[in-house]
Amino acid sequence: MRMWHHCLISGMALWLAAASPASAFIAYVSNEKSNTVTVIDTSNWSVIKTIKVGQRPRGIEFTRDGKFVFVAVGDDDSIQVIDVAKQEVVDTLPSGPDPELFALDAEGKILYVANENDNTVTIIDVEKRTRLGDIQVGVEPEGMAISPDGKILINTSETTNMAHFIDTTTRQIVANVLVDARPRYAEFKRDNSEVWVSSEIGGTVSVIDPVKREVTKKIAFEIPGLRSEAIQPVGIGMTKDGKTAFVALGPANRVAVVDVASHKVTKYLLVGQRVWHVAFTPDEKYLLTTNGVSNDVSVIDVAAQKVIKTIQVGELPWGITIAQP
Amino acid sequence: MIRWLVAAIGLSVAAAPVLAAAPIEIGIGYLGRAGVKPKLSLVELPAENDGVAGARLAVEDNNTTGKFLNQRFTLEEVRLKDNEDVGKAAATLAERAGFIITDLPADDLLKAADALRDRGTLLLNAGAIDDRLREQDCRANVIHVAPTRSMLADALAQYLVWKQWKRWLFVVGSHDRDKLYADALRRAATRFGAKIVQERTFEDTGGARRTDSGVTLIQRQIPTFTQQAPAYDVLVAADESEAFASYLPYRTWDPRPVAGSAGLVPTSWHAAQDQWGAIQIQNRFVKLNSRQMTALDMQAWTAARMIGEATSRTKSGDPKAISDFLKGPDFSVAAFKGRRLTLRDWNLQLRQPILLVDGRMVVSVSPQEGFLHQVSELDTLGADRPETKCKLR
Repeated sequence: MRMWHHCLISGMALWLAAASPASAFIAYVSNEKSNTVTVIDTSNWSVIKTIKVGQRPRGIEFTRDGKFVFVAVGDDDSIQVIDVAKQEVVDTLPSGPDPELFALDAEGKILYVANENDNTVTIIDVEKRTRLGDIQVGVEPEGMAISPDGKILINTSETTNMAHFIDTTTRQIVANVLVDARPRYAEFKRDNSEVWVSSEIGGTVSVIDPVKREVTKKIAFEIPGLRSEAIQPVGIGMTKDGKTAFVALGPANRVAVVDVASHKVTKYLLVGQRVWHVAFTPDEKYLLTTNGVSNDVSVIDVAAQKVIKTIQVGELPWGITIAQP
Repeated sequence: MIRWLVAAIGLSVAAAPVLAAAPIEIGIGYLGRAGVKPKLSLVELPAENDGVAGARLAVEDNNTTGKFLNQRFTLEEVRLKDNEDVGKAAATLAERAGFIITDLPADDLLKAADALRDRGTLLLNAGAIDDRLREQDCRANVIHVAPTRSMLADALAQYLVWKQWKRWLFVVGSHDRDKLYADALRRAATRFGAKIVQERTFEDTGGARRTDSGVTLIQRQIPTFTQQAPAYDVLVAADESEAFASYLPYRTWDPRPVAGSAGLVPTSWHAAQDQWGAIQIQNRFVKLNSRQMTALDMQAWTAARMIGEATSRTKSGDPKAISDFLKGPDFSVAAFKGRRLTLRDWNLQLRQPILLVDGRMVVSVSPQEGFLHQVSELDTLGADRPETKCKLR
């Protein structure tokens, strides 16, 4: 899907460059406290719709065809399906208790859901709307990522402090990699050479070699004037060329810009308060961040590495997903 | 023939699952006194398994992690009867457990620590809040997971000062531990700029905490007891013995909020705490124990999780290796308090945020914004390094 996106987007970007200065994409933001999803038009950074969803929406993702958005509503123990054309909830997928984050496979047919309350990852057939099975993982599963070749699913467990490597064919755990405390998010480098896992309480990002399945490097963050306990990495976004990564640092109210080759932090960008997750516009011109405490979304100009805009959304914005309208 | 045999062995080793080796066994003991502590409020009466229920949940959590690392944790509970020798009981338990979580009064804890001194057993104090255990009476084989009285008092004082409730009417119970808590609150008032406008003592004349005609009498007693006070913002009560403080809210002569041992109470944990992923542990705890999680449960959970954390980091079941890691610079643990918890290396006290609760909700969490510290804001709570009287031996 990402390849498909890529081709489509580059074509579109050309067209856009001629037609309009700003890119016209659509961003969906889950607001954990308001029980809503805010829809943002990125051509003029305006809120065009607020959709009512179930209780405690967090993980949010477009389907591969861009026609639907899945949103995990943890307190309703399910995943809701938003029809992008209608901009309303049209269906519900079954999941285990308290779903938080999830990952779709490359074809968009199978959904893997982290169920925090159950120490399981639930596998769902998207078309048939049925549960295919569960995988027992560590305590409080959260972060989910699928390798670029689709063979490995990574799940992080927050109290066990591991990244579990799950074979997507056999659905068995094949490796467990210990990382720092409260791992929350996993992100693969597009060439499959690295997987990054953020540890919120440990305050680091572990760089894991997916072949050796061991931590090869830990990225630490230092911000003058801030106690290290306030630096709590969660969301990670990496450019498709694998050169630059952006790491949301929670109550440090900053996004770290990391040079991927050297694993060095090159810059800290001040965003809103308690920054959770990040998403690129498909052309990668902009990176949007959800700022939980200040109830807004910051827009970062990726090339300039500058915050250019703040958009007010619902209460406690948490997750974000972006696609072409 | 021999070559063939070797080849066959080689094959069988290769085919065996990775985790076929015998698991590393980590025995954890839980040592407490039998009997239930008295409370004024019926809804606050502790369950019989108060504390150990938290340790049990942590052992389950550790075992979920342990199954990926080939480590297995067990928990053994020992309850002391009235005249039972704590040193002997601790020594017997230490034969099977390299770590003992304790919910013991201060003197008992010191006896247990001294009895185990040459054994290499590590004690984790989950129950005693006495400052002296971390100061003049500190021991090198005891880690303190429970907060101290001074940490609790400082957490409350920071909030009251932030709220600009700086004039305190101070009411102290007549028992020794009430006086210890009063000392901590007085110190906190001086430290953070509050003023005790007047101090009164509430004499506990004994008698039952529950009577059929109780309320009528209390409704007359408390207003009289609190009248003719100088102007004050908040009544702060020190009543660890549970003799009177819970009678104060809504009954004071002047309409004023109550804090300390009733009203707004500082504590390490509460069943209403749901921030920072805490809802997950609250749910797990209720599922396992069919009741809500108390501060003592959380302190015992944290103690057992610290052992699990150190075991997974060191990949060792050796109590010495685990103790050294816990006391070393690389240790930290996540405990649903919004930041990592670490040990103060000068007295082995766990740094931790303190919740301020009103019985139904978490009102605030200290340290409060603006109380700064050069090392960790958590060290604005309790005795800090320059003030310590502890010499770890």
